Amino acid sequence: MEINPGSGTRRTLMQRLHLDGMLLVGLLALCALGLVVLYSASGQSEAVLNRQLIRLGLAFVVMFVVAQIPPSLLHRWTPWLFSAGVGLLVAVLVMGDVGKGAQRWLDLGVIRFQPSEVMKLLVPMMIAWFLADARLPPDGRRLLGAGLLIIVPTVLIARQPDLGTSLLIASAGFFVLFLAGLSWRLLAGLGVLAGALLPVLWYFMHDYQRQRVITFLNPEQDPLGAGYHIIQSKIAIGSGGLYGKGWLNGTQSHLEFLPERSTDFIFAVLAEEFGLVGVLLLLGVYAFILLRGLYLATRAQDTFTRLLGGSLSLTFFVYLIVNTGMVTGLLPVVGLPLPLVSYGGTSMVTLLAGFGMLMSIHTHRRLLQS
Amino acid sequence: MARRITLKDHLQESRLFLRRTLAAALVAFLLLLALLGRLAYLQIVSHEHFRTLSEDNRVRIEPVPPTRGLIFDRNGVLLAENLPSYRLDIVPEQVDDLEATLTRLGRLIEIRDQDLQRFHRLRQRMHRFEGVPLRLHLNDQEVARFAINRHRFQGVDIQAGLTRHYPLRSQAAHAIGYVGRINENDLQVLDEKNYRGTTHTGKTGIEKTYEDVLHGTVGYQQLETNAQGRTLRVLERQSPVPGSDLYLTIDARLQTAAEAAFGDFNGSAVAIDPRNGSVLALVSLPGFDPNPFVKGIEYKRYQALQINPDQPLFNRALRGQYPPGSTLKPFVGLAGLELGVVRPDSHVFCPGFYTLPGKERLYRDWKRSGHGHMDLHDAIAQSCDVYYYDLARSLGIDRMHDFLGQFGFGERTGIDIVGELPGLLPSSEWKRRTRNEPWFPGETLISGIGQGFNLATPVQLAAATAALATYGNFYQPHLVRALHAPGEPELQPVFQPMVRQIPHSDIRNWDEVIRGMVDVVHGPRGTARAIGQGIDYRLGGKTGTAQVFSMPQDEDYEYDPEEIAFRLRDHALFIAFAPAEEPRIAVAVVVENGGSGSGVAAPIARQILDAYFKTQDRRMP
Repeated sequence: MEINPGSGTRRTLMQRLHLDGMLLVGLLALCALGLVVLYSASGQSEAVLNRQLIRLGLAFVVMFVVAQIPPSLLHRWTPWLFSAGVGLLVAVLVMGDVGKGAQRWLDLGVIRFQPSEVMKLLVPMMIAWFLADARLPPDGRRLLGAGLLIIVPTVLIARQPDLGTSLLIASAGFFVLFLAGLSWRLLAGLGVLAGALLPVLWYFMHDYQRQRVITFLNPEQDPLGAGYHIIQSKIAIGSGGLYGKGWLNGTQSHLEFLPERSTDFIFAVLAEEFGLVGVLLLLGVYAFILLRGLYLATRAQDTFTRLLGGSLSLTFFVYLIVNTGMVTGLLPVVGLPLPLVSYGGTSMVTLLAGFGMLMSIHTHRRLLQS
Repeated sequence: MARRITLKDHLQESRLFLRRTLAAALVAFLLLLALLGRLAYLQIVSHEHFRTLSEDNRVRIEPVPPTRGLIFDRNGVLLAENLPSYRLDIVPEQVDDLEATLTRLGRLIEIRDQDLQRFHRLRQRMHRFEGVPLRLHLNDQEVARFAINRHRFQGVDIQAGLTRHYPLRSQAAHAIGYVGRINENDLQVLDEKNYRGTTHTGKTGIEKTYEDVLHGTVGYQQLETNAQGRTLRVLERQSPVPGSDLYLTIDARLQTAAEAAFGDFNGSAVAIDPRNGSVLALVSLPGFDPNPFVKGIEYKRYQALQINPDQPLFNRALRGQYPPGSTLKPFVGLAGLELGVVRPDSHVFCPGFYTLPGKERLYRDWKRSGHGHMDLHDAIAQSCDVYYYDLARSLGIDRMHDFLGQFGFGERTGIDIVGELPGLLPSSEWKRRTRNEPWFPGETLISGIGQGFNLATPVQLAAATAALATYGNFYQPHLVRALHAPGEPELQPVFQPMVRQIPHSDIRNWDEVIRGMVDVVHGPRGTARAIGQGIDYRLGGKTGTAQVFSMPQDEDYEYDPEEIAFRLRDHALFIAFAPAEEPRIAVAVVVENGGSGSGVAAPIARQILDAYFKTQDRRMP
């Protein structure tokens, strides 16, 4: 069932390409499922489908390229890349382009570039690098340093403001800490602290962010305004029932009651047209990808790659939970896409680059190990 | 940082990581379980509830676009209207064999490839029960032919709509402008909500400037649909508010007469009521038919308009910047009097040329033999260049610039349609700023006769003439007189023209200049005395000739208009106002390559004035 690179002397084709077959199959299955739903959600637009295909193609190329980079090289570059990333974040705040009311883009003349996107990879890399050269579990000083390394980019991105991304980055860093053996007592303490900090966070939120929270707590209060998304999304999912209304037959999506149906709310289209059965299939694929990712991480040979791989897999899962939680009305509306399914490009490239790293970690194993 | 600890227990760390990974996987599993619980609740437990809600989700709100306001001339002649237009729709679900139907339809009504492409593109996006447009703008014959054969075409029907139409076609097209399909650029300025359902917006002229008045306010209807989206009935309707009708200051009959007066010449004429700045006629020739732009002009046809050397799309009245030539002389003369540089009885001897002291270069008069002794009145009536060379030298360029600026030269008049250009009124400061060069004395002389750097648009010339004729009342020219809002009994004023009074130093100076202009036409030696024959009103005027290319000044060069290509012939100009005693119309005429102001432009101006008095005497102003 599995490729076991450490045991034999022969290397399979997949190993020579530095790819992991199982993970690749999972990712491709997910993308295929996503395209089927997208075709329906976009009103059967071939143009949308083509653009998504091009983006996916590009993202898979990036994954392939990243998979060729040996982890030792990644390890060496990590502090420099991270410093550059933080520098870019500062640059965006100082001179970035304002797109859709938030300052996220850095205009490099030819391409517009979103440094916060790259930080999704650089933060777990940096924390893993920082923790890996000391003994695990980390001592108090290491923890404090790691906490600082997480908080600085998180705050910089939250100031843009981009709550969704800063949340992802904070959790990516946190996962490294958790996997490195952050003590349970400290973990509980952090939980209490976070609860206590909620009112402070509320104070610092933008009006639209507060509105989202209010809407989440009581969507019916504003049925034609912000609550409309959640109400319509719940109707779409609920009316899908066990088997769904059938492909291309979702009335909520096709009669344009469901907003953002190609992007953030595409999960509701799937649930409406394919029912609980379709949702189970999708979640199954996601679970498979997560488990394979975690498995590859446990097989990694050193602490840096192990922590990095584990964090990347778990972050991918956070996307899923935040998005589906939002669409089903369990969590407030945070603008995170359904990973590799939603229409749109930026996060797709970063996610697949992350999987490229996982594959690189797994396929660049040293054959001799004490 | 603490001392680096080199002793790492790899096995222990690996075990720790494994434990933590398992813990994370367990949390992930629990989260997935919670999500599945939520989904089961929504999709199984509450399924019935949401299914009902989804089926009740049947009220659709659809915009109803308002009817665009009409445009009339000052007497109620229709300039822009909305004509019913017909399009052919196909409802795919009612058609058994679409290809066969299309083929059969093609035999009855012309269906081009682009129609088919659009049809198939729209069909992808629309519901099967919705009518997909196949052909737009059917003509009457096509409508009739289809109507007879309608029984043969299940699921094909004709839909009526409204299309903007300009019945006078090319006449006043540059003033009225036209509407066209809303494009990306328009969407950035238009109110998205109010334009839901609207397909066209004003692109140029009045149609663009008064877009917000003409458009009206969108209405809505709430439609009840079944679960598939098919309309069952209209639940509620909020009617749109139609746009207001506009009444222009333009007199269509005068416009027609003015355009006809040009014959085959290209050029521009602007007629203004000097008492209030109303534009009575705005001519830019050649014109163009705006109607194809409404339906979406074919590329080839547009290309032909673009490359046409006569530039039909170019609005000469607002954007044509011509050297004003001798039409500037009355203003320069008034500057001399008002600033005390000359007196009405000051004389200059004109030998047919002028020189600057200590310089050899000759500045020629248009009359080789010279005009002899000239005072200001004669110098206007006979258009003596030498008098103005001398006057310009005494005034200096900057005093001339400041005085002429009061008449609106060198700046936009602020007429209420877009695209106006400012012309050019040079000064030494301007030359230093734009060219980084000093001003030369010789350039002052040339400016004194309206040549050199000077540029003016026809609307500027007309506005300045109106201001001169009314002893200094400068009105902002405007094209819209009033609007008629739907449901209102009275017309309402829309445009309040700005007015500014040019200060007088001595009213008799203005008398003197106007006397000179009257004698251009009515005096025994006036340059335009030919048009004064058989006239039953008195007018003031001034001829002008604008060089298309500059002639060598000091060589003995005989210039023969026949010899050179037509397009290098001088532009002919004439400004006029009438009646001289109590002016009700001021007009500026520019005839491109007309050659002679007195021979070509003046007769056109006379025809415009004649037409004005013929129509106006019977009507209120």
